[in-house]
Amino acid sequence: MRPIREGLFTWPAERPELLGSRCTDCGEVTFPAQADCRRCGGRDCRVEPIGHRGTLWSWTVQRFLPKPPYASGETEETFRPYGVGYVELPSGVKVEARLTENRPERLVIGMPMRLVVAPFRTDPESGEVILGFYFAPEEDEEEAA
Amino acid sequence: MSEVAIIGIGLHPFGRTPDKSGQQQGAEAVRRALADAGVSWKEVQFAYGGSQDAGNADALVNELGLTGLQFTNVWNGCATGGSALHAGCAAIASGEYELGVVVGFDKHPRGAFNPRPADWGLEDWYGELGLMLTTQFFAMKIQRYMHEHGITEEALVRVAEKAFRNGALNPYAWRRTPLSREEIAQSPLVSDPLRKYMFCNPAEGGAALVLASAARARRHTTKPLWVRAAVVRTRRYGSFEVFSPSLAATVTDAPTVDAARTAFERAGIGPEEVDVIQLQDTDSGAEIIHMAECGFCAHGEQEKLLAEGATEIGGRMPVNTDGGCLANGEPVGASGLRQVHEICLQLRGQAGARQVPGGPRVGFTHVYGAPGLSGVTLISR
Ligand SMILES: [Zn+2]
Repeated sequence: MRPIREGLFTWPAERPELLGSRCTDCGEVTFPAQADCRRCGGRDCRVEPIGHRGTLWSWTVQRFLPKPPYASGETEETFRPYGVGYVELPSGVKVEARLTENRPERLVIGMPMRLVVAPFRTDPESGEVILGFYFAPEEDEEEAA
Repeated sequence: MSEVAIIGIGLHPFGRTPDKSGQQQGAEAVRRALADAGVSWKEVQFAYGGSQDAGNADALVNELGLTGLQFTNVWNGCATGGSALHAGCAAIASGEYELGVVVGFDKHPRGAFNPRPADWGLEDWYGELGLMLTTQFFAMKIQRYMHEHGITEEALVRVAEKAFRNGALNPYAWRRTPLSREEIAQSPLVSDPLRKYMFCNPAEGGAALVLASAARARRHTTKPLWVRAAVVRTRRYGSFEVFSPSLAATVTDAPTVDAARTAFERAGIGPEEVDVIQLQDTDSGAEIIHMAECGFCAHGEQEKLLAEGATEIGGRMPVNTDGGCLANGEPVGASGLRQVHEICLQLRGQAGARQVPGGPRVGFTHVYGAPGLSGVTLISR
């Protein structure tokens, strides 16, 4: 198993966190981590964990199979609509991510969410499982517990 | 700024034209604009133009004639037409030229756009995970906006209903069949809360304008229209934009707000003086948001304005009288100049069945799109 991209979240980890960057000049946090600060133009940004819990800031459901570069391995026949949202983390930064929930009646702006790292696709050549990051409603975990 | 006049307008019908390339549709729009102005291509001193998917505008000389004019290709996302118009106005206002053409055209493959992440400064994972769709952005922007400002799904339906009703009055529109409220409200969800008939589709078409200095304009027409402002602005840090893996802690105004405010200041005209309005309606929600972002109403006031019919052709602030992007589709390169074309028809009193009553004097156009930029023009008689 490997993350879809190194450096997006802490891995391997029991409780993965998103990795962003913080500008040492103005303190602004962004995701994914980047070398330069888009807010102040500072050149000194440090990579740091930016959290695994937040609240849903906005959302939608992707109801048609996207064209490439979408690369989930799904076909028109196997495609399942997926939720997409921005989740506001403690610093105030809002991270866009797929949601584990795709039922609109279960999604409400302001609801607590938590990060989940889970299989996204299997590499057809190597057979390796590629991991993506998702946000899940916090209550799902309580139900499971 | 010296005065810049629009003395000719031309449009190639929007929609699908399988037997013509995008460039042929662009050239046709130029021919129609030249004929409208009573000017020959040989007289044209410069041109600016562009497309997203239909090739270089400069190649139009293969159809129009290789006269040696200065021709500059413009590619600036959804503000391609606005940027071409801005550049054309600057070329005349500087005194260097007195007669020029701006043109936009396009021909997109069917279905949603599929941009490449690297072209937009993004990494592949963002596209691979299925996060890089403009439809998702527009859905999440209106979803948040509805939450903050009390806009309902009813308002989304009303905007689409108006677009197709106006499109039916426009012989150049792509979609010319009115749709009932039920047909719109029950059409399939594409990206919640937006449904099939609340989204525009990528399409084909061409639009062109002939621009002239004031002195030159008087040689060709007794009724020029004047470009009072042509402004393009890009996103500032913190605005909620398409293709954003994250948004800043503090959300700030969109580029639309900056472009509209600057245009009104430059023209010395206020939003209340505008008689006919064209707004980017990539989806129903975008038109609603842009009404307020451009300064025509307060955030949240749209619900009441739509219910009252204020944005209808006979209302007090008519919006997208030609059916907008919803009824015309969106050939990215041509869309902004199609808006200007419609405003010119309205100000000349030549808009036929969809003519705004009362002799409109001032018109406004607005585009917004990827990667977070906006173009606004103010035009008056
Ligand atoms: Zn900074």
